[in-house]
Amino acid sequence: MARIYIFKRFERFWHWAQAALIIFMLVSGFEIHGSYILLGWERAANLHTTAAWTLIGLWLFAIFWHFTTGEWKQYIPTGKNILGVMNYYSVGIFTGAPHPFRVTQLSKHNPLQRLAYLLVKLFINPLIWVSGLAYLYYNELAALKTPAIAGISLGSIALVHTAAAFMMLAFLIGHLYLSTTGHTPLAHIKAMITGWEDDHDPSPKAPSAAA
Amino acid sequence: MRIRIFMAAVMASMLIISAAHAAPEPGSQKALKSTADHSKFKELKQEFNSGPEVTKACLSCHTEASKQLHKTEHWTWEYKSPEGQMLGKKHIVNNFCTSVASNESGCNTCHIGYGWKDDKFDFTSEVNVDCLVCHDTTGKYTKPAGFFGNVVTKDTEFPPGSGKIVRAIKLTEIAQKVGKTSRATCGACHFNGGGGDGVKHGDLDSSLESPEKALDVHMDAEGSNFVCATCHETQNHRVPGSRYAPTAQDKGEAHLRGKEYKTIPTTCQACHGQAPHKKIAKLNDHTDKVACQTCHVPKYARGGIPTKMSWDWSTAGKRGPDGKPLIKKNAEGHVVYNGIKGDFVMAENVVPEYIWFNGKVKYTLREDKVEKGGEPIQINRFEGSASDGKSLIWPIKVFRGKQAYDPVNKTLAVTHLAGNDDSAYWTNLNWEKAVATGMATVNASFSGKVDFIETESSWPITHMVAPAKDSLRCDACHASNGRLEKVPGIYIPGRARDHAGWLDTAGWAIAALTLLGVLGHGLARIVVSKRKQ
Repeated sequence: MARIYIFKRFERFWHWAQAALIIFMLVSGFEIHGSYILLGWERAANLHTTAAWTLIGLWLFAIFWHFTTGEWKQYIPTGKNILGVMNYYSVGIFTGAPHPFRVTQLSKHNPLQRLAYLLVKLFINPLIWVSGLAYLYYNELAALKTPAIAGISLGSIALVHTAAAFMMLAFLIGHLYLSTTGHTPLAHIKAMITGWEDDHDPSPKAPSAAA
Repeated sequence: MRIRIFMAAVMASMLIISAAHAAPEPGSQKALKSTADHSKFKELKQEFNSGPEVTKACLSCHTEASKQLHKTEHWTWEYKSPEGQMLGKKHIVNNFCTSVASNESGCNTCHIGYGWKDDKFDFTSEVNVDCLVCHDTTGKYTKPAGFFGNVVTKDTEFPPGSGKIVRAIKLTEIAQKVGKTSRATCGACHFNGGGGDGVKHGDLDSSLESPEKALDVHMDAEGSNFVCATCHETQNHRVPGSRYAPTAQDKGEAHLRGKEYKTIPTTCQACHGQAPHKKIAKLNDHTDKVACQTCHVPKYARGGIPTKMSWDWSTAGKRGPDGKPLIKKNAEGHVVYNGIKGDFVMAENVVPEYIWFNGKVKYTLREDKVEKGGEPIQINRFEGSASDGKSLIWPIKVFRGKQAYDPVNKTLAVTHLAGNDDSAYWTNLNWEKAVATGMATVNASFSGKVDFIETESSWPITHMVAPAKDSLRCDACHASNGRLEKVPGIYIPGRARDHAGWLDTAGWAIAALTLLGVLGHGLARIVVSKRKQ
């Protein structure tokens, strides 16, 4: 079975570091919100803030990496074969049909992944960062001369931040599950760790979905 | 009989001013600080037979002192609020011993003057100003209750015929050792507000005479050793920081020497400025909403002396088997019932209540109509809100009482409590007589009927500042059912009552449905793959 090197070293580091930070921030964030007591509010708040700055730092590197390597193109949405992929996850996966998408270095995400990740990157993440920074600096915001900004209450900032956190939580649950849907339950996870994806293609005659 | 009850009253009210602290050793640092040794002044080398004689001697050098004092609330017991209410001890009715009027023999022990018996007292008299009560350094200066603020210079039987002797004090020695005010001199009255140690304020009691750092980080006798006047920095004998004219929010900068400031020197900010937290800058984000005291005075009555939390006058009047007013004590030995006063609740280490406070206080005065049966009457309502831009969240002591009022005229009663006469309540335990005399003193009409009404008074908590390590932690307020649970109008992260319920419900529901969906999908995959095998 052939293997393809899909996820480069920085990409894997970025993915797992981000995963750890996001999970930690969900846990500590909902404690700050008041959903439960785990670390103690003070520690939760301190660590949540530290994790936030760490993730911002990581993001700066990741954005730089995506643009210098051209990897950002991996997230350009495509309608091509999207129905086929949806059909696979709702029917084909149970009947043993082959995955209609074939991973290549130039196109490592199937059309559904592209759409989902783009949604995370362009909607959920910005919502979290903007509301999160506003949460951290609301005193400074309130001191601004622009009434439209100064008038925003901490309650509404928290509302947006919490809503975005719930979206991220839902994404995380779906993402974790879908990572088990490779040709073996651990195939995708292994690829994300080693970088190498098995070129698992049980029916070579199936039309390649690769661009 | 009457005499004995009165004696009990006098003792129970504990209104004897006594500044018990050691004089500085001759030759010690303290003694050498001043350039004037008052014991060498010929004006003070004489026998003084009364307080005013001492004052006369003081004024021979300190020519303007009495004129300055005449302008202060310490002298007038009168303060006109910016809202136009006439306040001050002279006028208000509170829910402790209710009022000064008609009780001058006891209350006026704490007036900085000599002989205020009734409304004929001469407030323009310079020699009637009492210098020693503030400037004594010997701890031997006392003004016994029952003498209208006069000192006793000859052994006196008091009350007359009781056989009890009030010892004379030697004014010459005291006058020759005058000095700056101290925690003990201020405390002689201010620690004993409400008629006893710690009774009224809760954050002021005799434990502050020589406190440890843990009790008050600034007054720490072994450390910074602040006296009252260090913060209540006095000019022309005017002492700033009266609770009649509170500063709820100080947006000014920290005061530098030699510079003129409009803000008063008493606030925390006057020294610490607006961003006092150096290590954890996030804490400075709180100072626009939260008074320093809220976190830094985590509890009051922390010095081992309980404060009075409530007082129910309506149960007063019971006598014991011996015919004397009944006294009941709790397990700690504190009086919780006194036949001449009623029921008390005493407490130590009390968590304050928290409110928005903008510095405005609205009093219920003696002339105001009060209605029984609704909310308790607010003796002094602290005003403020989350949105007025002038309020901070303040810690306060709320003192709950049930006190005499006239149910026909619907006014708070002035009660004649102290006095060696037939109508004083502490002498004969008769409400109608006591209120009749009290009301007559202030020329108020009285229906002849006495009933009791629930009242509340509020006291800002600002002393007993704990060291930083003992200040409140985040989760004291950032929690549900935390200290600020009842404070409205502000979003506190961690407080469930601020959550948008729909968002939490929808958010957790979506997360749960996603989880259920993927679990179902996974289960189906397992079942299908099992079947294939």
